[in-house]
Amino acid sequence: MKTYYLPAYAIADLIKTRQISAVEVLEETLERVRDVDGRVGQVDASQAQSKEDLSSVHAFTTLADEHARGQAEKIDQMVKAGESPGPLAGVPYTAKDIFTVKGIPATAGSKILSNYVAPYTATAVERMETAGAVMIGKVNLDEFTYGSSSESSALKPVPRNPWDTSRVTGGSSGGSAAAVAAGEGAISLGTDTGGSIRQPAAFCGTVGLKPTYGRVSRYGLIAFGSSLDCPGPLARNVTDAALVLQAIAGEDPRDNTAAVVPVPDYLAELEKDIRGLRIGLSEEFFRVTYFDADTGELKENPIDGEIKDAVLSVAGFLAQLGADIVIDVPLPHTKYGIPTYFVISRVEASSNLLRYDGVKYGFRTEQPFEDLRELYRKTRGAAFGVEPKLRMLMGIYLSAAQFDKGYYQRALKARALIRSDFETIFDPKGNYRLDALLTPTTPTTAFPIGGVYGDSVLMQYSDQLTVTTNHAGIPGLSIPVGFDKKGLPIGAQFLGPDYSEGLLLRVGRAFEKVTANEEWRNRRPPLLPAND
Amino acid sequence: MTDKISVDVFKRLVDLASLELPEGESEYLRKELNNQMVSVEVLESIPVDAETGTAAHGIPYTAMNSPVPREDVTRQDPHREDILKQAPELEDGYIVVPDISHEELD
Repeated sequence: MKTYYLPAYAIADLIKTRQISAVEVLEETLERVRDVDGRVGQVDASQAQSKEDLSSVHAFTTLADEHARGQAEKIDQMVKAGESPGPLAGVPYTAKDIFTVKGIPATAGSKILSNYVAPYTATAVERMETAGAVMIGKVNLDEFTYGSSSESSALKPVPRNPWDTSRVTGGSSGGSAAAVAAGEGAISLGTDTGGSIRQPAAFCGTVGLKPTYGRVSRYGLIAFGSSLDCPGPLARNVTDAALVLQAIAGEDPRDNTAAVVPVPDYLAELEKDIRGLRIGLSEEFFRVTYFDADTGELKENPIDGEIKDAVLSVAGFLAQLGADIVIDVPLPHTKYGIPTYFVISRVEASSNLLRYDGVKYGFRTEQPFEDLRELYRKTRGAAFGVEPKLRMLMGIYLSAAQFDKGYYQRALKARALIRSDFETIFDPKGNYRLDALLTPTTPTTAFPIGGVYGDSVLMQYSDQLTVTTNHAGIPGLSIPVGFDKKGLPIGAQFLGPDYSEGLLLRVGRAFEKVTANEEWRNRRPPLLPAND
Repeated sequence: MTDKISVDVFKRLVDLASLELPEGESEYLRKELNNQMVSVEVLESIPVDAETGTAAHGIPYTAMNSPVPREDVTRQDPHREDILKQAPELEDGYIVVPDISHEELD
């Protein structure tokens, strides 16, 4: 049996018990990448056109095979010497190209960083290495993580969904989700600012965990929305996600927002039963708002019936296991999630993007310039794509004193109200006393490539079921829960109070176990031969 | 529907963002910004008042979960050369910049 589709925990066991070497696992995974990934994303390259292009995944922006071989050989030496190689010994993984890794390009999916080689390594990546994991490369994303389909990356071709390569992977951690789904690494590190781990995980049929804000250090991330960004794992099963969180969570003197909160033993929590847990369902998450470009109005509709049925079926399984399902849980400020996000994320993004100037690092315009201001304008105008430009312009409009209409203060208040909704339902002495909330992860399954891109409002509204989690700072775990009639994965998410990742993983694992024999559990992306 | 972001306001924003836009991009960007403002305007309907608090991170930071600030000490960065060689133009270990223009502020 090939190792590239095995769980991370199984790969680590095989290596630690010397049934296979880390180098052998790596080589099988790299072969898998060569078989299914196609052209690696590059700036100014053409979009997918040929038949081969259109049926490939295109997850990668950088293949770090030599770096990976060095790490794998080190693991094999440790095993041979009888040393402990770590809980993720020899497990191949990818990192979203928003994490810095010393000596390896960090593009953020943007032309403006296309020639940037990181001089330091992100804490999460360092901790993965300490745990024995082997980074095989960087994977594609929306430019600076700004998007929900990974189509805005300046590095073409953009990733394609392994379940149907005519469809998007979701985003912004689209390369991460696609790589994991296609067997190109057992796990991937992503980031979630408004749903960027959970939404692509749902679209590609993988597990995705957005930890509590501050649970995982942001050191070494190229910043988007500094009060919202959360690094976390994408994996093919809940246990692997728990293993990764165990490795990367915890305080970090290099990030003052990395909270000083003890890291529990997530694996010890996993197999406990869920009897008596109170799991909520909220009507607010079963309807969607969307922007009608023809009328310029926001409209509301019930969510896709297939997704609603799949989520209710999850509740049914959990009830069978002894959980109490609490219905009609009110979260009245959910509908303000996207408007609030339009303000806060744009203001933070515009601030974070001012550092790219063509002077200190990154791309510099090739056009002639007279002075520093012209250098800035020509460099930034040529090297930022439309998404960063939109975010900068909106961020300035919403925050600059000369245009100020109080939107930012109002958005911060809306954020407090959204947070207060969650505090109310999770209050152990309140009316609801929930341990977790169960919701759909996305309003739709993966949409066609080119189907939404260009309509920045509609694209943003695809995050409406994930974004309130980020405003509140709470954790969210998305897991695959079935398929729609088109054969596309459906995701559901569990949300919980601050630092409740252990409980969310336990509920996710319970669902995995109780559905282990369901027909849909045996499905594999068409790119994977049935006998693998 | 009147555009919140007029052509003149848009030009000012582009200037503040230090962007020189490729031909044909302005109209698309301005249209999208105005569409986004339809969503932002929804915030006007939220019942907030002076008493409603604000949230900066969602999750509160208290003395219990905040790290102790690092000591403020100077040190030689170990990656100095790696950092400097990222600059598009260097001379004797200094980053070269073109003339810095000056303009009277309003």
